Amino acid sequence: MSLLEIFYAVEYSPLLIAMRSSPWLFPVIATIHLFGLAMIGGAVLAFDLRLLGTGLKNQSPRELARQTYPLLLTGIAVMLVTGPFLFMCFATKYYYLAAFWIKLAAFIVVLSLTLAVRRRLKDTDDDRLVLAWRKPLATTSLLLWFTVALGGRLIGFP
Amino acid sequence: MSLYNFLEWLATTPASIALHESRYLYLVVLTVHVLTLFLFVGAIILQSLRLLGFGLTGVATSSLLRRLRPWTLAGFAVMVTSGSLLFFAAPVDKFVNFFFRAKLLLIFLAGVNVFFFNRTIYRQIETWDLATRPPRAARLAGSISLILWAGVITAGRMIPYQAYWFN
Repeated sequence: MSLLEIFYAVEYSPLLIAMRSSPWLFPVIATIHLFGLAMIGGAVLAFDLRLLGTGLKNQSPRELARQTYPLLLTGIAVMLVTGPFLFMCFATKYYYLAAFWIKLAAFIVVLSLTLAVRRRLKDTDDDRLVLAWRKPLATTSLLLWFTVALGGRLIGFP
Repeated sequence: MSLYNFLEWLATTPASIALHESRYLYLVVLTVHVLTLFLFVGAIILQSLRLLGFGLTGVATSSLLRRLRPWTLAGFAVMVTSGSLLFFAAPVDKFVNFFFRAKLLLIFLAGVNVFFFNRTIYRQIETWDLATRPPRAARLAGSISLILWAGVITAGRMIPYQAYWFN
């Protein structure tokens, strides 16, 4: 079974056909997906701006990593629950869109990067690596999250 | 001339038609509007959660609000500019749209919330600046803010779905 056939089977499964018979379900789930974007936005900006030397300057990066962690995880959870539903509604359309694959790849990379950096700061005493690379790390993180958000917007266009 | 007549006239101006019919520019403005959520609502969530005592409790409330203010205002400026352009591209359609009106009302209420917060409990910030759990009035302002901005996102997302909901 090819990937396209799998996407087709998902999009035209009985559950998804039933879901699409209600025209407002997609925009409602898409709205909740946007809540997740804003939550991740808060958690990522607080930390990355600090790494860039602005924003919440009175706090240490470690403190911010720790204090925004629940918000970050909540935002990611919201995204991971709603995202697949949105995907399933238009799976075969996304199969042909470069923006979808770029978004997916950028998301996997930035999620791993974000969690790795946060956990190192949060759970270990060793913050030298992160602090030595703080500007490239924050820039990369912001660019990748921007790519994910942009990809999300682009795949929605007709 | 009524507001409706004015908007009808606005819709016939060359700039409005150009933006409305543009191949890419309208989508660029729309993308900017949606993506600025990351900055603007992101900053609001951080501040609201602090007022609720749920997040960033190790940071003094006044310091958090002051440090994030420029980012919030910058985000708001981008939102208002891009939003006005989106309105300008289709003024009559937006004016008669239920979700657009609801969105404007919710944004206005969010402004009222900030106004009262600044005029009341924020005046006594010295007494609760470091409190992990701010006083009830501050927590109320934080929850109202979260609810209203969630409503703004919802109403904004629903604007193109007017026909589904009402026909």
